[in-house]
Amino acid sequence: MRRIVLTFLSTLTVVVLLFGYHTSTAGSLTATSGDSAVISGSDSSSDDQASGAPPSSDSSSDSSSDSSSDGSSASAEPSDGSSSSSDSGSSSGSSSGSSAADGTYTGTAASTEWGDVQVAITVSDGQITDVEVPVYPTENPKDQQINAYALPILIDETIDAQSADIDMVSGATVTSNGYLTSLQSALDQAGL
Amino acid sequence: MSSWGPTAPAQPQQPQQPQQPPAFQVQQAQQPAPQHAPATPPTWRAAEQVMGMPISLALRGREAGTHAGQQAWHEALAELRWVDQVFSTWKPESWISRLDRREVRVEDCPPEVADVLELGERARVSTEGRFNIHLGGRLDPSGVVKGWAVERAVRPLLALEDTDVCLSAGGDMVCRVRDPHRPGWRVGIEDPADPTRVKAVITLRDGALATSGLSRRGAHLVDPRTGLVPGSLGSVTVIAESLTWADIDATAGFVADAQAPTWLAQRARKGIVVWRDGTVEPYGL
Repeated sequence: MRRIVLTFLSTLTVVVLLFGYHTSTAGSLTATSGDSAVISGSDSSSDDQASGAPPSSDSSSDSSSDSSSDGSSASAEPSDGSSSSSDSGSSSGSSSGSSAADGTYTGTAASTEWGDVQVAITVSDGQITDVEVPVYPTENPKDQQINAYALPILIDETIDAQSADIDMVSGATVTSNGYLTSLQSALDQAGL
Repeated sequence: MSSWGPTAPAQPQQPQQPQQPPAFQVQQAQQPAPQHAPATPPTWRAAEQVMGMPISLALRGREAGTHAGQQAWHEALAELRWVDQVFSTWKPESWISRLDRREVRVEDCPPEVADVLELGERARVSTEGRFNIHLGGRLDPSGVVKGWAVERAVRPLLALEDTDVCLSAGGDMVCRVRDPHRPGWRVGIEDPADPTRVKAVITLRDGALATSGLSRRGAHLVDPRTGLVPGSLGSVTVIAESLTWADIDATAGFVADAQAPTWLAQRARKGIVVWRDGTVEPYGL
């Protein structure tokens, strides 16, 4: 009896955002929220920071560019996807002069070992409440194909389970006992 | 014993969207809850305990909360309960328990038993022994059954039209987003040292994700080859097309210990490891 022909037809689409790398960068993020939003490439492991380096992506989806310039909310419209906009990098930070008014701030794109990366943060009451990465590496053609990208580790100690806006939790196998106090249980009950 | 076909993930695959959207959202600060773009439909949730673990479902889109959606959820649960009846090593009357006691032969069992045993053997060979369903003289296929079972159970849910699905069994899950304009499912990777926090968020549109680690049940993972408990890692998260293999490889990756990122990347897996000291390392990406 053989079978179990596991035909894996699915397209895998993955984007990884990594939080919680407790290093020096946490401090820089916090500071950033005060004056400027240019926090790109502040991830500790990229030694080749080059803030402002033009992103290598060739697509010019303008959808995400306007999301960043005025601090308003706009979903990075799933235009055609594969890459994020190069022009959004330029419009960054401009709105950030006024001591961290609430809103979303986008940094300039920076080169990292994974490719060009750009970071947007959301500020509420002077606190960073969210970190997003509208620009991510598009270097590897194979990666482009499956649309899976590595992103630098983003640090934010202020992002806890609640503000990280998650749909599901994955951890070491949760037993029925452990579940009662788990994050997943909270999510299930919240019914969000 | 409802609806399993022999094997193949029965899902009619959506025609490949040439370029899947990255699905990044830039959130506005003040809005209390709208987690995704306004266009994102609300998420309907359900949870049950089956197989000694929590099964959590999130649905979005046309059939979220409808009768059809709930029907599919009940079918999924029925499938998991059937799998539990057949494969539980905790139930003395299960086929697996009787097989382990040599009371029955494989041929006497439902054909899925042979499937799972073969899968276990393939996992052992493929992981160079890091994964083994025969441990200490006992037969324990739990490590392959979970992912395999969820992959079967999710089928009625994936058949729901225009409906996004995320079905998790104890933190191992299958995710699918049907509409390219809707965001991916955001999966928080639990901090092994503090289950109330997440170490990373992985956005998954279409695929499977499994995590292995020590945090919940203590040292339940040992290297079958040496009997040693791996000591370098807090957890290993594997993303793959198939939950069966994401699950197997998360376990085997954890056993690979310090070599996990290298070993998993060689197997074309993607994901992250959380080291015992709390640092997060992506691999294969």
